[in-house]
Amino acid sequence: MAIIEVKNLHKIYDETNVPVKAVNGIDLKVEKGEFTAIVGPSGSGKTTLLNMIGGLDKPTKGEVVINDTKIHDLKSKDMINFRLMNIGFVFQAYNLIPVLTAKENVAFIMELQKVSRKDRNQRAMELLRNTGIGDKANYRPGDLSGGQQQRVSVARALASKPQFILADEPTANLDSKSTADLLDMMLEMNRESEITFIFSTHDQRVIDRAWRVVTIEDGKISSDKTREN
Amino acid sequence: MLTIFKIAWRNLWRNKRRTLITTASVFFAVLLALVMRSMQLGSYDNMVKNAVSFYTGYIQVHKAGYWEDKSINETFEYTKSVEDEIKSEAGISSVTPRLESFALASSGNYTKGSAVIGTDPKKEAEFTQLNKNVTQGEYLKSRDKGILVGSKLAEYLRIKVGDSIVLYSQGYHGITAAGEYPVRGILDFPNPEMNKQTIYMSLSEAQYLFGAPNMLTSLAIMIDDPAELNEKVSDLKNKLGDQYEVMDWKEMMPELMQEIQADNAGGIVMLAILYVIIFFGILGTIMMMSMERKKEFAVMIAVGMRKVKLIAMMFFETIIIGLLGVIIGAIAGFPINLYFHFNPIHLSGRAAEAMEQFNVEPIIPFSMDPAYFLNQGIVVVIMTLMAFIFPLVFLIRFNVIKGMRN
Ligand SMILES: Nc1ncnc2c1ncn2[C@@H]1O[C@H](COP(=O)(O)OP(=O)(O)OP(=O)(O)O)[C@@H](O)[C@H]1O
Ligand SMILES: [Mg+2]
Repeated sequence: MAIIEVKNLHKIYDETNVPVKAVNGIDLKVEKGEFTAIVGPSGSGKTTLLNMIGGLDKPTKGEVVINDTKIHDLKSKDMINFRLMNIGFVFQAYNLIPVLTAKENVAFIMELQKVSRKDRNQRAMELLRNTGIGDKANYRPGDLSGGQQQRVSVARALASKPQFILADEPTANLDSKSTADLLDMMLEMNRESEITFIFSTHDQRVIDRAWRVVTIEDGKISSDKTREN
Repeated sequence: MLTIFKIAWRNLWRNKRRTLITTASVFFAVLLALVMRSMQLGSYDNMVKNAVSFYTGYIQVHKAGYWEDKSINETFEYTKSVEDEIKSEAGISSVTPRLESFALASSGNYTKGSAVIGTDPKKEAEFTQLNKNVTQGEYLKSRDKGILVGSKLAEYLRIKVGDSIVLYSQGYHGITAAGEYPVRGILDFPNPEMNKQTIYMSLSEAQYLFGAPNMLTSLAIMIDDPAELNEKVSDLKNKLGDQYEVMDWKEMMPELMQEIQADNAGGIVMLAILYVIIFFGILGTIMMMSMERKKEFAVMIAVGMRKVKLIAMMFFETIIIGLLGVIIGAIAGFPINLYFHFNPIHLSGRAAEAMEQFNVEPIIPFSMDPAYFLNQGIVVVIMTLMAFIFPLVFLIRFNVIKGMRN
């Protein structure tokens, strides 16, 4: 069964003089355990699509169903809670609270979820170890490299035990070595723990390693390829 | 909530210098305001206390209409019932009866107008400590037949202790008043005007001189707590009825009142300026702290943090910035004010002269009114809350998508 179902999704930005059809009729299903890359030229609508899947932006038309919930019918307060409980986010930058350590950042999400202190500290350490940066648990983001920060971000995204992780260009600020390492880590999470990833990227090396590649042009899906193994 | 507070606290120290500058500006403004106001209010209390205990008292009772032309004809009878009526009012510390008028004082070829004050020597000593102004000779005994003369007046009349002078005047209802009085002592006041014209004698002698037995021109009243002045005045008015006029020092010494009001207005303007500085200091910092973190806020909301938590976080940040300066300012200001409360500043030069004109001792003891410290705190808290309106509105209107795109 699909955990994400996008139906006839449209987004028109009309605050400007010329209305922009950022997303123009997208249908998409994502199954549990998929590792999906959304690719396409700049301005094609990747971020807009991911924001609507993540419940950050409202579609002009169409709907997003996550595990039987039509998320855009939720009241904004419920939406925030839905995000907190179901979706892990990784952004290109500014992911972490700069004044909290890596461990505190990961634990903070669980605190919002009202997980007990003991459990969240334990799980935060475990996740940091799994994402390969257990030794940096007490560092603040500013003292970590870009790649290390993104690992913490993935750990933070995983902390809430989400249905899937949504990542908008998670490697855009990383050098090729860090990109490869982060991708290895994500793929391993995907393989070992069946974590569903859906992310956008420009990077051909990232695209090459994705299981499924959905290409968007002008707000529409132009191709959707799943690698055969 | 604890984590939110922790984040807020740490956020403040992300830009240490900015936070320190803002805190320091609040600190100095609060310190200045506290010390300045404490000094100002203390000086007013001192001026009033000195002025009233020098002569008028906080309150005087006269026959209705006396104050207008201060005629010896406008006297009232000193009955026990009047005195009892006044003393029955709580919070009255002393009541001094006086009969005052004018007379020509002469000795040999020298003659000069003078103010003759008949009083109860014992009560007067308790009230104005007139006995301490005697620099030569002795203070009056009760029912004394002698007089005390201001130092400049004595100089003019070429007299010293043991000599006599003659007083001429018009007494009660036009009778001739005249008498010869031995000088018991010489008075020296800080106020030169008083030195030039004052003559004190016992009440009984003055009543005899002016042909007004058992009559008074005034009862001068001291009260325990100057803050209760208005209440006491209206109580006495009610008790005594409209045959009498009850006046407070503000009516009797309007120049002093005006002096205080003018000075106080200046102080309030200064305070307002300081407060505006504090306000904009806090506001500017809190504005920057909001604007520069748009992306951070956007991510925090995206991952599932409710806006109320962000608002709480910014509230802590704003309050800490405001209160840190206030608290340190108050802590620093308190001992300064306390010190000068018990060790008043002694003035010299023109300021001292000006104060002496009002019979005020030229010192400034600082006020230690706790209400004053509290008020300062409340004002800064209110301003901090006003500054908080910016991040509040900013966060309420905050849009995650726009925040991320910027
Ligand atoms: N808030 C907005 N207001 C107006 N126009 C917008 C807004 N967000 C996106 N757009 C426009 O919608 C279109 C799609 O933008 P989007 O950010 O989704 O593209 P993208 O595929 O993520 O591009 P990139 O690869 O550069 O990140 C663009 O033309 C963009 O200018
Ligand atoms: Mg994008």
